[in-house]
Amino acid sequence: MRYGMAIDTKKCVGCSDCVVACQTENNIPHGYTRDWISETVEGMYPNLALEIRSERCNHCDNTPCVRTCPTGASHVIEGGIVKVTHEECIGCGACIESCPYDARYFHPEGYVDKCTFCDHRVKNGQDPACVSVCPTHCMYFGDLDDPNSEVSKKIASRKTKVLAPEAGTKPQIFYLI
Amino acid sequence: MKTTRRDFIKITSMGVGGLALSMSPVLGWVPGFLEDDEQIPDDSKAQRYPTVCEVCFWKCAGWIYTVKDKEGKEKIWKIVGNENDQHSRGRLCPRGTGGIGMYYDKDRLLNPLIRVGKPGKQTFKEVSWEEALSFIADKMKEIGNKYGKESMALFHHGTTGPHFEHLFKAFGSDSIAEPAIAQCLVPREVGFKATFGKGVSSPEPTDIRNTRCLVLIGNHLGENMHNGHVQEMSEAIDNGATIITVDPRFSTAASKSKFWLPIKPATDIALLLAWMNVIIKEKLYDKQYVEKYTYGFDLLKSHVKNFTPEWAYTKTGIKPDIIRETAYTMAGAAPAVIIHPGRHTVWYGDDTQRSRAIAILNALLGSYGRKGGIYFPEKKRLPKFPHAEYEEPKWTWKTITRNKYKLAPLGVTNVLIDYALPENKSDKKIKGCFITATNIVKSIPDQKKTIRALDNMELVVVVDTMPTEITGYADVVLPEAVYLERYDYARTNQHRKPNIALRMPAVDKPAGNSKPGWWIAREIGLKLGLEEYFPWKNIEEVLDWQFKKVGTSLEEMKKIGVKEFEKEDYLYIPDGADWEFNTPSGKIELFSNLLAAEGYDGLPKFTEHKQNPQGFYRLIYGRVPMHTFGRTVNNPYLNDLRSENHLWVNPKVAEDWGIENEQEVWLENQDGIITDFPVKVRITQRINTDAVYLPHGFGGDNKKMTRAFGKGASDSELITNIKIDKETGATGMRENFVTFLLEKPDKETT
Repeated sequence: MRYGMAIDTKKCVGCSDCVVACQTENNIPHGYTRDWISETVEGMYPNLALEIRSERCNHCDNTPCVRTCPTGASHVIEGGIVKVTHEECIGCGACIESCPYDARYFHPEGYVDKCTFCDHRVKNGQDPACVSVCPTHCMYFGDLDDPNSEVSKKIASRKTKVLAPEAGTKPQIFYLI
Repeated sequence: MKTTRRDFIKITSMGVGGLALSMSPVLGWVPGFLEDDEQIPDDSKAQRYPTVCEVCFWKCAGWIYTVKDKEGKEKIWKIVGNENDQHSRGRLCPRGTGGIGMYYDKDRLLNPLIRVGKPGKQTFKEVSWEEALSFIADKMKEIGNKYGKESMALFHHGTTGPHFEHLFKAFGSDSIAEPAIAQCLVPREVGFKATFGKGVSSPEPTDIRNTRCLVLIGNHLGENMHNGHVQEMSEAIDNGATIITVDPRFSTAASKSKFWLPIKPATDIALLLAWMNVIIKEKLYDKQYVEKYTYGFDLLKSHVKNFTPEWAYTKTGIKPDIIRETAYTMAGAAPAVIIHPGRHTVWYGDDTQRSRAIAILNALLGSYGRKGGIYFPEKKRLPKFPHAEYEEPKWTWKTITRNKYKLAPLGVTNVLIDYALPENKSDKKIKGCFITATNIVKSIPDQKKTIRALDNMELVVVVDTMPTEITGYADVVLPEAVYLERYDYARTNQHRKPNIALRMPAVDKPAGNSKPGWWIAREIGLKLGLEEYFPWKNIEEVLDWQFKKVGTSLEEMKKIGVKEFEKEDYLYIPDGADWEFNTPSGKIELFSNLLAAEGYDGLPKFTEHKQNPQGFYRLIYGRVPMHTFGRTVNNPYLNDLRSENHLWVNPKVAEDWGIENEQEVWLENQDGIITDFPVKVRITQRINTDAVYLPHGFGGDNKKMTRAFGKGASDSELITNIKIDKETGATGMRENFVTFLLEKPDKETT
């Protein structure tokens, strides 16, 4: 079992529904987010290309955030989901420094917070909140170890890329390009 | 000109900051309703209540989830789409998801307010509902006696509108208009009505999920989050459909398109005529369909014979081979092709004619009433709860509108405003108004005129949830409960299958002293002695009665939220079937008898429009996906996503002016109007050198909207050159040009 995501940049319109759905689902304070939208424009008018991506923690296979955590608050649970136990976090920020994706932030209550792939939903067979609300259906979540899962099939059938591959973190979010 | 009504900031009894007050404890809420953020509840443990979203006009049905907080009080947790709803298909857009911010917004209106004091020294005082409503009823009677009841106008928007429309008609006035018409979609309604005998209505019945080719003309789907359409566009992308986008700006939709046609602004009709020229000349139209169902083909054929792609190139800047290739693509996909009618279609003053050209092109390709084209929607009509008959007013919006704009199907806000101006010499005058859930100083172009009209009225009542700019011009402000706290009439909009949807409150009581619109309208009605028009105690009684007439009940609707009914009419024209269209000829009118009979062009013509003067840039405005007009900028969730707008400027233009990315500039338009606030520049290749792009809805100037105030620039301020659509009176807004001011202008703040 290895959870991961495929995100179709050809369908994403950058509406940010994933961002606000995460905020309401997970009770994130205003001014903070666990996921966000990035846009890359290439070319000159009128020969242009635009790529829009919904980004978040990549729940990497190789996790510098877990390695650098002095208390063990950052850890990996079943399915490869990277989590932070809030009570064990001392807010030192080492994990924030080590993350090539800038996917973690200081919660105003003093701990580091990040995407959980909505494991509280996943355990009930639901998709993460961001995936479940997306009006463009551009996100696919599931078991990357299962070649018959929708997410595996999407990745197999399309050209993909990951973010910051040079960091060697083996990210588990694949962008369909 | 400085107007006294702007002096809204002070409230006599409370002083500065007194508006967000005597609130229920929920409004002091900050995220943190749970003991431990790691213990997010299961959906199955939460309560849920059906709702219909009110953050935009798409009216998606969804579920409001509530959970118990630390003190055991039920709190609104989240809103998600209703799986059985055709509008949302189980998924809301960011505004719908963030709709809970309307409930939690600390800047909300919570008490009735009445303007007091002498001119120039005006403030508001909080009053009881009894005092506010009696004041209004007395003033309405006085205006009715002095000028006639018709002199009371209603400007409305959204689901609250029907409650007040009923009140006004019961009172004896049909001087009613909504900015959603003449400031938005009326040209396409009339263009399609003239062609097919039926307007487009909402949601637009475009069969996007089954189409093979979607053509978007100035329609930035994906930046406007018309939920069902955005979802279906995604499905169309999955299905390999071709998207053709015509837009001077590289919109999000353009980036999803096989063909992006970066057209010279204001030349769309030339492109449409050239497409017709190619399709007719090369016999690519649907011959059987055209022969069987249409009228006026020969007239159209001779009309477009000279509008070649080579001719159109000189107008539009789109190369002839691209015009041909896109025409072939459309014809190749036909009849599964959609030339989208658009929604905000008030551009250059020949908008009904442009919409006609779009309708004609659909007809030539045989897409109207065909799978993958434009389907026949259906709606479930709920019977009206019986009440006394309305009395016929001596004059209505029609009397003062249709003498000039003969095809206006609904009230034209700008015409009613004209009849409220001091210089109006007609014996028909608007002397008072209600403004419900619309911000007409922002939504109606030419702000100064609107303000003069408001200043000339003897009663201005604003019903809203937020202290938007318009509340600053009111004599009485009535705080409305937000949609999550109230019942409304059921949603009965058209869709593929007829359906109804219920909105009900998810909390025991609305925040503060706010009240639902239906209650406010009814109470005023009772004060005016109109009991026979309100023969029910509350809206639950009306809803239950209506639901039982169609085989359900309020109790059942509370459990299911949405109910679908069997379709009674065809979704598409059955192959080769005879079909009658509601036009003068009974056919699809390529040549419009309706328009010609009223003295308008029976076939669309291309008119040259003004291009940008030296040193000026056409102001193109549009939407960002996380906001609805100016209504949502203060919503804490949606403000978090986008708190200000950026002005898109081409790198070449930025270089000419020495403007840097993120630099603040002020804008001045062709009439010397300068924005109240600066806007940050986003230097981008996505806009050409002859235009700038400014997302709409920002630059709020009411300090009571603490998050929205002064954030970015308002395009509404800059829209002072209005091109009126001859057929409908709609206000074309896209012939305004702006230049940059790099230093803070010496300007009296209004």
